[in-house]
This record gives sequence, C-alpha cells and structure tokens, in this order.
Amino acid sequence: MSLATNLKIFFNEAGNLSRFTGRFFKQWFKPRYETAELGRQCFVIGYKSLPLIGLTAFILGLVLTIQLRPSLIDYGVESQLPAIVGIADVREIGPVITALIFAGKIGSSIGAELGSMNVTEQIDAMEVSGTNPFKYLVVTRVLAATFMLPVLVMMGIAISLYGSYLGVNIHGVTSFHLFWKQVFDSLSFTDVLPAFIKSYFFGFAVGMIGCYKGYNSSKGTEGVGRSANSAVVLSSVMIFVIDLLVVQVTDVLGLN
Amino acid sequence: MMAEKNQVQNIEKPLPGEQILIIRHLHKSFGNNHVLVDFNLELKKGESVVVLGKSGSGKSVLIKCIIGLMKPDQGSIEMFGKNIPDINEEELDKIRAKVGFLFQSNALYDSMTVRENIEFPLRRHWIRVSQAEVNKMVLESLEDVGLAHTIDMMPAELSGGMRKRIALARTLILRPEIILYDEPTTGLDLITGKEIIELMIEIQKKYKTSSLIISHDMNCVRMAGNRVAILTEGRCYALGTYEQLQLNTDPLVKQFFE
Ligand SMILES: Nc1ncnc2c1ncn2[C@@H]1O[C@H](COP(=O)(O)OP(=O)(O)O)[C@@H](O)[C@H]1O
Ligand SMILES: [Mg+2]
Repeated sequence: MSLATNLKIFFNEAGNLSRFTGRFFKQWFKPRYETAELGRQCFVIGYKSLPLIGLTAFILGLVLTIQLRPSLIDYGVESQLPAIVGIADVREIGPVITALIFAGKIGSSIGAELGSMNVTEQIDAMEVSGTNPFKYLVVTRVLAATFMLPVLVMMGIAISLYGSYLGVNIHGVTSFHLFWKQVFDSLSFTDVLPAFIKSYFFGFAVGMIGCYKGYNSSKGTEGVGRSANSAVVLSSVMIFVIDLLVVQVTDVLGLN
Repeated sequence: MMAEKNQVQNIEKPLPGEQILIIRHLHKSFGNNHVLVDFNLELKKGESVVVLGKSGSGKSVLIKCIIGLMKPDQGSIEMFGKNIPDINEEELDKIRAKVGFLFQSNALYDSMTVRENIEFPLRRHWIRVSQAEVNKMVLESLEDVGLAHTIDMMPAELSGGMRKRIALARTLILRPEIILYDEPTTGLDLITGKEIIELMIEIQKKYKTSSLIISHDMNCVRMAGNRVAILTEGRCYALGTYEQLQLNTDPLVKQFFE
C-alpha cells in the first residue's frame, strides 16, 4: 500500500473515531439512564480485572525494587530505595502499566463482545426491542471503564508498593513503618493528582476505542477477532499519547 | 387474549382498512449498488406474504427498512397509519412494540439466559407489568414454541432449531400484530426447517398475526405463504399465489420453481 492510501485510511479512521466519540458526548447525559447496566459493567470491568492487575502490580513493585538496588548502592543512596520506587510507581509506572494491562484485558473483551453482537445482529435486535443500543452498550461501558480504571490504578500502586516492601527486605531490613514513612514523605499531592487524573483519560480511551472497534466491526467471524486485536493495539498506543500530552500540561502548570 | 393484550400494552386499534403494511416506490442504494428500485408491496390483515429472492437481492435490506433499522432513500412504508421513514424514535418504538422481527441469525443475547432473552423486549418497551405477569407471559411464549424446559439455559447450550424457536418466542412475547421473518429456515436442516414453518403457521393461526416472510426456501414459500412476491432487480417482479406463479412462464419467475 502506498503512503497516500495509508494516510487516507488513518484520517478516515481518526474521523470516524472522533464522530463516534462525539456521539457519546451527545448521548451520555440524556435520559433514559441505563443505571442497572452501568452498575453491572462497573462490576464486570472493575472487579473482574482486579486479580490480574493486583498480581502484575505486585510483581512489578518487587522487580523494580530488586533491580534498582545495585544502582542506588553505587551512588550510596540505598536508604532512598522506598522513596525512589514510590515516586516512579505513583507518577508513571503504576498508571501506565495498569492501563496497559487494562487495555489488554478490557479493551479486547469489549471489542470482541460488541463485535460478535454486531455480527450476529444482537445490536439490531436491541434497537427493535425499544432500546437505544448506543446508550445501553457503549455509554455504559465507556463510563464504567472511565470510573473503574483510576480505582484500579490506585489499588495497583498500593499493591505494587507492598511488592516493593518485600523487595527492600530481601537484602536489607526496613521496618514496615519506616518503609511507608519514607514512601509518603517523598510523595506530595502534585505527584498523586496528575497520575489520578490521567487514569481517567486512559480509562476513557480504552472504553471508547474498544466500543468503537466492536460496534463497527466488519461482518463475518474474522471481523470479531480483528476488532478485538485492533482495539488493544490502538488503545495501548493512545495510552502513551495521552501520557505524553498530560506530562506537557502538568509541566506547563508547574506540577512536575 | 386480545382483551388482555390491549389492557397490558395499551395499544390503539389498527386503523380501518384492509392493508396493514403498505410499501410504495421504495428505493435504497449503497453507493452505486442499487439494491431496491421502486419496490411496491401490500400486506393485508391476517395474511402472510413470502418475499422470494436470490441471495444478495436485497431481501434483508427491505425488511430492515420496514422496521426502521435502515432508512430508504425514497418511498413510503406505511404501518399503523404512520410512514416509518418519517417518524421520530419515540413513535418508532411504539410501532416496533407491535411488530415482531425474527432475525436470520436469531440474534439471541449470548450473555443472557433464555428467560432474560425473552423478557428483554417486554421490560425494555416500558410495559408496566408485575413480575408474576412477566413470568407467566415468558412461560406462555415458551410453551407456544414447545421449549418451556429450556427457560434457565444459555443460548449457547441450544441447537440451531431450538435457538430459532427461542427467538420466535421472544418476538411473540409482545403479541405482535405483524411478524417479519428474515429467512427463518436458512441454516437449518430440511426437517427442522419444516418444523419451524409449521410452528410459524400455528402461531399465525393462534394469534391472528400477519406475516411477511423473506425466504429462498421453496418449502417455506409453498407451505407458509398465502401470496408470493418475487424480488428481482430491486423490484417486486411478480406477485401471486404459489399456484399462479408456478404456471408463470417468465424465465425470471420460472427459475425459482425448477
Ligand atoms: N449496510 C450495508 N452497506 C452496504 N451495502 C449493503 C449493506 N447491507 C446490504 N448491502 C448490500 O445490499 C445487497 C443486498 O443485501 P441483503 O439484503 O443482505 O441480501 P439478501 O437478499 O441475501 O438478504 C448486497 O449487495 C449487499 O452488499
Ligand atoms: Mg439476508
């Protein structure tokens, strides 16, 4: 494929995704509200991702600590290990890694679910059953992903710090109390707030892209697989793009 | 049954006049693909018409225009005194509550049990009925299709023919006055297909519904249709009873009966 056709496909896709997002903003606050379905989606999207995110976060904190120690010993600041891991975890690694895991699990499952509903005419069936499928399926999932990811990120960070505590104590001895004191002393509100806020954008992007890919999947069973796959790829890339944008904004605002 | 339906759904009486569905000068194109070109058809109260057409001739497009899932480029579709392409979402929902639609792929919700699937249209059309009444209606619909024992199963556990029956039960729950069938026997074996056709005829008698059946299955055409319309080149090419069309010598009609 030539560059021109690739560019055309890119802008076409970007335009369609923007229009889809616009449709979300037009519909999300209009009645009727699908509160029961929203609650169910929060459970499915949030609660069910917790074990996976907890496990990966714990390992991440542990490994990060073990790997950082030798460098810190070289600089003679081994005692700062909890503080450095805490900052790295809260500001960047926790939110981004959690969001990537979330994209892998939730982005693909939304893409595949809506894709197969589209292929088997379930979305049309909802529409003829007195239901606005965009509100029932898309709005609920996007909102659930947006609300649940920041919660998961905070939990993930907490769990990974427990992993880090274990890592600190493999070679040295640091009391539980001292570990947490060092972590919290090094952190300030301006570390936590941007991380928390960008998690909302990550969650929104994962939900939106998953729904967009599923809702517009091509007919046929291979379309379902393709929409699940491209949902993960695109939302993973979007997470980094958003991360880049947020860091510019917080930099300008002097929050770094 | 009629009295109970009116009480539950608060449906207005159909307007006087024989025809319950009138399609006039329907046009629908996708780019350069002119799928429907001046299509005309009428459905009378209590009758069932089969629209016969080759695969890709625009049968599904026609039926989706009727239920408002697609907007035609031109033409009118009159049901219950309203022109479907013109009305807003709210009015459309009211009409959809009176029109059943059986999807070609059944469109059962994978994530819901059979009971939840069948309840779905009832709950979503905001018809205020008690839980006891909902249960009763679900069971009645399931008994109509002979599958009361599957009520707590998931769609994935059912065979193709059973899924078709459940989908039919789901369209029956609202006691529709018109049922639109999109290729009800496609993908089923010959015997199961025949059973479905017999079930459709039974239901038509029991609830006095009018049916528009889209098919290329000659069994379905012969058994279920009072009249047959042949959809070719986007138009209603020929219209008549099965016997009349069987004697037709036009090659485009004849090919279906060979
Ligand atoms: N959403 C759509 N976009 C573009 N073309 C479509 C769409 N739906 C149907 N078509 C085209 O309309 C024609 C008729 O399709 P369809 O009504 O599904 O045929 P069938 O008679 O087998 O049900 C086909 O050529 C198909 O490609
Ligand atoms: Mg079709």
